[in-house]
Amino acid sequence: MKAFLAILRRDLRLSLGSGGIGLPVVFFLLVATLYPFAVGPDGALLARTGGGVLWVAALLAALLPVDRLIAPDAEAGVLDQYAVRGMGEEMISAAKITAHWIGFGPPLMLAALPASAMLRLDVETLAAVELGLLCGTPGLAALGVMVASLTAGLRRGGALAGLLMLPLAIPLIIFGAGSIGDFGGGAVRFLAASSLFLVAVAPFAAGAGIRALRE
Amino acid sequence: MHAYANPARFLKIARPLTPICLVVGILLILIGSYAGLALTPPDYLQGDSVRILYIHVPAAWLGMGGWTGIAIASIVQLVWRHPLAGVAARAIAVPGALFTAICLVTGSIWGRPTWGTWWEWDGRMTSMLVLLFLYFGYIGLANASDDRTSVSRATAIFGIVGAVNIPIINRSVVWWNSLHQGPSITLRGSTISSEILWPLAPTVIGFSLFFGGIVLMRMRANLAQAKVEARMRRLAAA
Repeated sequence: MKAFLAILRRDLRLSLGSGGIGLPVVFFLLVATLYPFAVGPDGALLARTGGGVLWVAALLAALLPVDRLIAPDAEAGVLDQYAVRGMGEEMISAAKITAHWIGFGPPLMLAALPASAMLRLDVETLAAVELGLLCGTPGLAALGVMVASLTAGLRRGGALAGLLMLPLAIPLIIFGAGSIGDFGGGAVRFLAASSLFLVAVAPFAAGAGIRALRE
Repeated sequence: MHAYANPARFLKIARPLTPICLVVGILLILIGSYAGLALTPPDYLQGDSVRILYIHVPAAWLGMGGWTGIAIASIVQLVWRHPLAGVAARAIAVPGALFTAICLVTGSIWGRPTWGTWWEWDGRMTSMLVLLFLYFGYIGLANASDDRTSVSRATAIFGIVGAVNIPIINRSVVWWNSLHQGPSITLRGSTISSEILWPLAPTVIGFSLFFGGIVLMRMRANLAQAKVEARMRRLAAA
């Protein structure tokens, strides 16, 4: 538990220092700004489709930090140091997922507030998007760390990460966007279930990925 | 299983097995296709468009079976470090992706006259499309490492993770009330009339044998390539 908290603190401090938290948020807001330019500033159209656009923006924003989640630590030998200390790779992955979510989920939920104003969303849609992001971003964070561990040893890992991550994120966007229509209904439970499944599986897959990096 | 860890012993079996799989497979495909096109009666509702069944079903079966094979090979590679498992997984990936694409294309062509649409976002089609993208990601990840014969351990992990989609495809028509029909052929029998159904057996077995022959061929080619490279390195060193 002490090691878990130490990794959590270190990763959070690093992502705060390197601007790793700001980048996805700014990207998210930029996509929300581009969309009205693309379809025209028609209030009714924006209000009807805006919630889904925010989900697409969240998925794309989740791709941005992937190449700095595992690869820098692997290159600098930090992961080898953890292994020498006898820390389990699964525990390291769980700590990294937690740290990544803290730096990714809540800031995105905050950024959804101004974005919803730009897209003219009403209060119910905004509440559904916020609830959906609260349920869905842990799954996105878990997926990000998992894909990061699989692509960390590659030269062009960043380009490949999207191809690996987006198909696996499809359940999240289907149920996330589906939950906008009926607040608190079945879709948001499916969203929470798929997110929980990813959070439960990812530490083991990412742990195996980190071990594979050493070969 | 470990008896075949020696590629020489594997090749001794694979060399005669490849032409058998290919020839018998192509013969069965031709028999089944001829029977499906000429001998079976047209469907009372769909008319002649039902005949696409004899290609669509084997393609779907091999698209999903291919990833199942990749997942099993990945587990064998990670747990027992079997040297041929990664070779097999790499050989399966491209034909598996091709059959998944054939399944989607034939399904789309079939959907136009029967459902009145090329594409519908229902559970079966969406999960099959996800499978195609997973194949693309797998091939990309496999090609990103320097190893051209086997696959990296990271690729094997992705092969196992991606297998969550297989039961979703299988159950999708039961879980979602969709445009795609429910399961017609189950362990308890078939809801398709046996007059129309019977050519499906030779095409499914034929395409499966053909698929197996292609996988064996690709495995042998990759092993031979590795041998050539090893020999070149030895020559360069000498």
